[in-house]
Amino acid sequence: MAEIHLQATAHSYIANPKEPADYALKSLDHVWEDGGAYALLGPSGCGKTTLLNIISGLLTPSEGRVLFGDTDVTHRDTADRNIAQVFQFPVIYDTMTVRQNLEFPLRNRGMTAADIKARVDEIAEMLDLTDRLDDRAANLSADAKQIISLGRGLVRSDVNAILFDEPLTVIDPHKKWQLRSKLKALHRQFGFTMVYVTHDQTEALTFADKVVVMFGGEVVQIGTPEELFERPAHTFVGYFIGSPGMNFLPASVDGTTATVSGQQISLGAHYGALGNDQVEIGIRPEFLKLSEGDSATIQSIEDLGRHKIAKISFQGHSLSALVPEHQSITPGPSGLIFEPERTLVYQNSHLVTGVK
Amino acid sequence: MRGANWVAFEVKNITLTVGGEAYLSAVDACFTPGGFNVLLGPTLSGKTSLLRVLAGLDAPTSGQIVMDGPNQSKVDLTGVAVKKRSIGFVYQQFINYPSMSVFDNIASPLRVMKTPKADIHARVEKIADLLAIGPMLKRKPLELSGGQQQRVALARALVREADLVLLDEPLANLDYKLREELRAELPKLFNQTGSTVVYATTEPEEALLLGGTITLLHEGRTVQAGPTLEVYRTPNSLQSARTFSDPPLNSAPAVCSGGTVQIAGGPTYKDTLGLPDGAYQIGFRAHQLHVKKPSRNALDVSACVAITEITGSESFIHVDLLGQRWTALVHGIHPYSEGDQVTLYLDPADFMVFRQDGSAL
Amino acid sequence: MMQKKLNQKAWFLVLPVFLLVAFSAVLPLMTVVNYSVQDSFGNNEFYWVGAEWFEEILNSSRFHDALGRQLLFSGIILAIEVPLGIWIALSMPKKGWGASLCLVLMALPLLIPWNVVGTIWQIFARADIGLLGHTLAAMGIDYNYTQNATAAWVTVIIMDVWHWTSLVVLLCYAGLSSIPDAFYQAAKIDGASRWAVFRFIQFPKMQRVLLIAVLLRFMDSFMIYTEPFVVTGGGPGNSTTFLSIDLVKMAIGQFDLGPAAAFSLIYFLIVLLLSWVFYTVMTARDAEAGQ
Repeated sequence: MAEIHLQATAHSYIANPKEPADYALKSLDHVWEDGGAYALLGPSGCGKTTLLNIISGLLTPSEGRVLFGDTDVTHRDTADRNIAQVFQFPVIYDTMTVRQNLEFPLRNRGMTAADIKARVDEIAEMLDLTDRLDDRAANLSADAKQIISLGRGLVRSDVNAILFDEPLTVIDPHKKWQLRSKLKALHRQFGFTMVYVTHDQTEALTFADKVVVMFGGEVVQIGTPEELFERPAHTFVGYFIGSPGMNFLPASVDGTTATVSGQQISLGAHYGALGNDQVEIGIRPEFLKLSEGDSATIQSIEDLGRHKIAKISFQGHSLSALVPEHQSITPGPSGLIFEPERTLVYQNSHLVTGVK
Repeated sequence: MRGANWVAFEVKNITLTVGGEAYLSAVDACFTPGGFNVLLGPTLSGKTSLLRVLAGLDAPTSGQIVMDGPNQSKVDLTGVAVKKRSIGFVYQQFINYPSMSVFDNIASPLRVMKTPKADIHARVEKIADLLAIGPMLKRKPLELSGGQQQRVALARALVREADLVLLDEPLANLDYKLREELRAELPKLFNQTGSTVVYATTEPEEALLLGGTITLLHEGRTVQAGPTLEVYRTPNSLQSARTFSDPPLNSAPAVCSGGTVQIAGGPTYKDTLGLPDGAYQIGFRAHQLHVKKPSRNALDVSACVAITEITGSESFIHVDLLGQRWTALVHGIHPYSEGDQVTLYLDPADFMVFRQDGSAL
Repeated sequence: MMQKKLNQKAWFLVLPVFLLVAFSAVLPLMTVVNYSVQDSFGNNEFYWVGAEWFEEILNSSRFHDALGRQLLFSGIILAIEVPLGIWIALSMPKKGWGASLCLVLMALPLLIPWNVVGTIWQIFARADIGLLGHTLAAMGIDYNYTQNATAAWVTVIIMDVWHWTSLVVLLCYAGLSSIPDAFYQAAKIDGASRWAVFRFIQFPKMQRVLLIAVLLRFMDSFMIYTEPFVVTGGGPGNSTTFLSIDLVKMAIGQFDLGPAAAFSLIYFLIVLLLSWVFYTVMTARDAEAGQ
């Protein structure tokens, strides 16, 4: 096992990329710590699968290097990297039994029969597959097949990392969280580095210690679930994480005050002069409070039972605010309080850090 | 113009048995125009079967489908062929004609109805604008994103202004952000038509967002029907509360004696409902299990965390306690790990109390 | 009650098909059956002979020889075309213009009418003026398909391989194209050898189309008539007289309608039986998988 280093790694599917838009993955420096649980999160086409394939060696990056520990593996193919991967659709060898499927990677590496049996039995035990070892793999349900494809990775003790490419796509919804908790438990047990690609925020945040959010071929934030929620580094993260997403308002910021169409909002930190270039303030619906007053208008209310979502018009901008279950509200004029500590400032979509 | 006549549909005592297996057992439901009629139930609860019966794709084994006719009469639809009914159907999969342009896709039902050409243009463009796919009319469906493809399918169902529009989990295959957007748009869209809209979903949250009226289905039977929020707040049975809860309903057996309720293996509280002595089931929803003490009367319990799921702005903490698996849905990020011991709070004021047979008090 | 009614209605819908099949298949077949159990001396006079023709055919060494040649021919054809077809399909490019080009090239032989194929090869292989035949002769190889039985066999087999391997290729290629990339990637990750990829991924996924390919090739080669008839006319001697050629000789050359009818029926039953055997053997694996 080893740390995985990406050094100025970038990839373009076009032969001679010129503009940034030509890159499916923009230049990235990152160290994947040994034993970490990472998620690559983003909408389709954001470059997350490209990044995953670069790590696994299915794709050679057009720029930069990939290192496993001290070894440069940029031009090595998958089989040499000791990587395991679980794909979107379960990949199993139809004609084999469950046991033969699990044995397959070990046989290919020339392990002795006794060692193979011991290792397969051990892994099957952990994956609850012991009773099914002699069943034909083709006849199992989708979730069992995914477990087997994971098992084929786990049997190899030499694995540097296990990669998951949207592994729960074809899994029955009510089985998803069982599988998710299983993955988490296995991570704890084995300590393998795991990288999990998904467009589903719940999957990503539940699985990972560190979430890598990608957007338009770029890594926009790497952080813990708390960091993504509390201090999104990019407006996309604010929008994508959380339901409803973060509210953004064009504003001018000076010192500790933001001005939105003449209305002043105080901020929790001091910002220098930011100029007028694409400055926005962002606040999560959870931190927007309704009060007495008439600076805003409640336009509609969605009652979700456990809380309500008020759709608010404020200085011509629409915002969402989360209202507790028992607070009664009606459409019409209302006051609006921006919690200063929770009101963040963005310039050109990136978070600006103020001075406390 | 035909269609979109503000007509209500009613199914009476519908049973559907295929090969000895009962898909629907004596289902009664009424679907009215102007607002959503939500069918909520887990997978295999009979939602799709009911939609297919309504569409005329399957003939019910017994029972009747009735729609409003002229002068307050009722028309029996039961044996009427699919093509003679005025129906739009949207499926979970994005089903469009791959070789036709988006325009032709949307226009296809109008062409079948032999609508004049000028009319077709006007109506297709209007509905396309409403669904924000106006600029894509010349493209082929497969060149569009999943959300746009499903909008095309929606437009095709809407454009003919059918009396009855049936939607079978239309958002299930979309990314959650797209789902969020379309969910907010759909009620606005359908309020502008006079069609009766029946929307099948497995997600309680989606049902709440869509509002309107709801019919809860479980194993091919109607559990409860009524205005959506009312059914959510006042379930008529334990089954109703379970069907309408995601994460699953937290429940536990309890015994009341002399005005004190004892939760099996757990805390006690003073009864305020005037319960006669006896055994009960209490139930409350995941968001009513708290990590911070919500009120003075709240009871506290100690639990062992099985797993925490984090949605981004909320956390689902699955815990084991009192021999039950409960789930707490709390705001913010709470990354408890498996095996952590936590203290959770529950307020008796939130409890729904059910009799031993599952009926509500 | 209602369902019963529906069922009866359905029978009416099938009626046209029944009539069509009756006219196109059953009636001609019955005519043949009729001939096979009677003898005629012209003037439309028929005599009942029972199973006499069948016994005669089944005991005739002429039939045995033709059947032996036929089985050998089909066996050789399958043994060459199936592995060769799989191999070509595996080596074809998966995408791009190369794939389209290969598909067109592969489809070409299939588009040529059978008698034209025969004519082409008849000329191509002639020792005096044919490119192939002349070249071989010039190299000092004793090759003349009109005189040498082995040369005639080789010619007929090469011709059939040239004509029909494409069918196997196209079917296998279709089967291969349905395998998602993830399978190949997973195999790479599992460290599988090229052979293991074929054995455990490509072959299992091709099995269904391969069944169709084998059945089609078996039935077609077992009933082959036009090409050898054009090229060798069944010769030299009887060396390439396959069942169908023999049958036509008997029926039209000698006008022995009774024995020819019995021959036809026996021929038909053999094709049916062998096809069934192939089908059962090749689907046995699937059935096992289904348990």
